[in-house]
Amino acid sequence: MDKVPVFSISDINFSYGNVSVLRHVSLELREGNFYGILGPNGSGKTTLLDVMAGIKAPDSGSVLFMGKDIENYSKKELAKGIALVPQEFYINFPFTVKEIVLMGRHPYIPRFGSASADDIEVVDYTMRLMEIEDFQDRYVTELSGGEKQRVVFARALAQDTPVLMLDEGTSNMDIRHTLKILGIARDRVRKDNRTVIAAMHDLNLAAQFCDHLVFLKDGKIVALGPIDIVLNEQNIKQTFEVEAKIYFDEYSSSMQVAYRIEPTSSPIRHKA
Amino acid sequence: MKTSRAGAMNWLQPMLLFLLFGLIILSAGMGYIRISFLEVLKIVIWKLTGDRSSLHGIDSTLPYVVLEVRLPRILTSAIVGSGLSLAGVVFQGILLNPLADPYTLGISAGAAFGASIALLFGITWLGVYTVPMFAFIGATATLGAILLISSFDRQTSSNNLILAGIIVSAILSAGVSFIKYVADEQVSIIIFWLMGSFASKSWTDVLLTLLFVMLGAGVCFFFARDLNVMSLGDRSATSLGIEANRVRIVLLVTASLITAACVSVSGIIGFVGLVVPHLMRFLVGPDNRKLLPASILAGAILLLCADTITRAVLPSEIPIGVLTALIGGPFFCFIFRRQRAMRVYG
Repeated sequence: MDKVPVFSISDINFSYGNVSVLRHVSLELREGNFYGILGPNGSGKTTLLDVMAGIKAPDSGSVLFMGKDIENYSKKELAKGIALVPQEFYINFPFTVKEIVLMGRHPYIPRFGSASADDIEVVDYTMRLMEIEDFQDRYVTELSGGEKQRVVFARALAQDTPVLMLDEGTSNMDIRHTLKILGIARDRVRKDNRTVIAAMHDLNLAAQFCDHLVFLKDGKIVALGPIDIVLNEQNIKQTFEVEAKIYFDEYSSSMQVAYRIEPTSSPIRHKA
Repeated sequence: MKTSRAGAMNWLQPMLLFLLFGLIILSAGMGYIRISFLEVLKIVIWKLTGDRSSLHGIDSTLPYVVLEVRLPRILTSAIVGSGLSLAGVVFQGILLNPLADPYTLGISAGAAFGASIALLFGITWLGVYTVPMFAFIGATATLGAILLISSFDRQTSSNNLILAGIIVSAILSAGVSFIKYVADEQVSIIIFWLMGSFASKSWTDVLLTLLFVMLGAGVCFFFARDLNVMSLGDRSATSLGIEANRVRIVLLVTASLITAACVSVSGIIGFVGLVVPHLMRFLVGPDNRKLLPASILAGAILLLCADTITRAVLPSEIPIGVLTALIGGPFFCFIFRRQRAMRVYG
C-alpha cells in the first residue's frame, strides 16, 4: 500500500452559485479497486466525479491524480488517464455507432492524422465485447436508450484508461447488459489492476461488484471504506432514510440489501 | 446505403470542384453580351499566362467585360457562398443545433444595423467601402455583445449563446425598423442593401472576402475533429481531451468574422448557410473533416448559380437574398421532410 494513490482528494468544496454541492470532501482512492459512490438524488455524486475527472474545478481544496495536482494536467493527458461514461447521452448529429466509438481514440490520434491500425483494432474489439458490432453502421440517433449507453460504454473502453468512471452508466440498460458491463469493469480491475469509480443507485448491484463504498449525503461523506465494513443498516438509514436489512446471499454469494416498506404515510386528500 | 455513406462519397469533392470551375467559366460567358465558353477560357488563360496569341480573333472589348465586370462579381458570389456555408457548418456544430445558421446569433442583424446607419446619415468618408465597413463594425460589435451577455465565469454554453443571439437580434431589428421609419428617401436604398446584391463588385471585394474565408477555413479545418467530438456535449468532449470552452470561442469568433465579411460585401443572403450544410451532411455525413470542404464547394456553386440566374437569366435583376429564400425555402422543406422520413435525426 505504499504506492501513490490514484486519487488523493483533500477538503474539496464546490458550489453552483450559492448552492453548496460538495462540503469538505476528502478521499483517497487506490489502484486496483472497484469503488461505488452511493447517495440519494442531488447528493453530489456526479459533481464529485466531475471534480475528480478535472471537468469541474473545486472552489477550494485539492485533487491529486497519480500524485500530481489535476490542474497541472492538460485535458489531453487527462483523457489518456480517465474515461467517463456519462449519465445522459444526447447527440444532434447522425454519427454512426462506429464513429462514436472511434471518438474514444481521439486523445491518441494526432491532429491531422487518421486512426491507426491499433486504434481500429481497439475499436473493433470493444464493439464486439459490447455486442454492438452488428449495428456499428447505424446512426446513434436511431438507437434506444440502453443501446446508446452500450455505445458510450464502448467508447469509454476504447479510451483504454487506467481509471474508468461510470456515472450511473447503466441506468437505461436491461439487466443482462448491466451485469455484463459491470462484469467487464470488474475484470479490468482484477486483471489489469485498473480502477473503476461508479456512481450507483442499486445497492444490491453495488454490493455484488464493489470493493469499497463511499456514502454521500448533501455533499458530505457519511461513510467510506471496504464494503464488508461500511455496508450496514445504519449507514443506509443515515444516507437514504430507509429501513434496510443486510444479509449474506448464498446464490449471488454477496451481501444483499432488503428494504422494509413502511405503511404509506402520504397525506390523505380531502375532497372539497 | 448507410454502410457505404462515407466510402461512396469520395468522388463528391472532386466532382464539386470540377463543377464549380466549369460554372465559373460558363457564367462568365452569360449576360447581355454572350461570350462562348472557349472564348472565356482563352481570355482567362491570357490573363494567367500573359500569352497574347491566345486572344487571336476575340473582340477587344470582351477581355474587359470578362475580367473587370463579370469575373469579380462571379468570384465574389462564389466566395460569399463558400463563407456562409462554412460558417453555417461551424455554427450548427458549436450550437449543437442542426437548425442554426450564420445569422442565428444576430451577426446579420448587427451588419444590417451598421449599414443602415451609414445609409441613413449618408456617410461616405470611405467611398464605396463606407457601407461595408459600417456593416462589418456592426457585425463584430454584435458578436462582442453576445459573448459578453452569454458568458458566466468565462464559460459559455450553446443555450446561452442562442438566447443572447435572439435577444440582441430582436433589439437590432427594432433599430433597423426605426431607421427605415425615419429615413425618407433613403429607405429604398436601405431595403435594397438588406436584400443583398453582387452588382458591381470589384477585385477588391474578391480579395477581401477571399482573405477572410481562406484564413477562417484554415482555423475551422484545424479544429474539425474537435468539433466532431464536441457534438457529444461539453462533459464528454472534455473527458476526451478537448478544451471545449476555448475551442467553442475560437470557432465562434472565426465563423462570425467570416459571416461579417461576407454580409458586409453582399448584404444579407439567407438560406445558403442553412441549406448547404444540411444537404452536405445528408450526403457525406456529419464528420466535419468531410463536411467542411464539401460545404465550401457546394455553397460556392449554389450562390454562383443563384447570382447568375438573377444577373443573366431573368429579364430583370431581382435581389439575390429574395431569390435564395424563394428557391431555398421550398427546397429545404423537401430535404427536411425526406430526412425526417428516413429518421436521420432522432
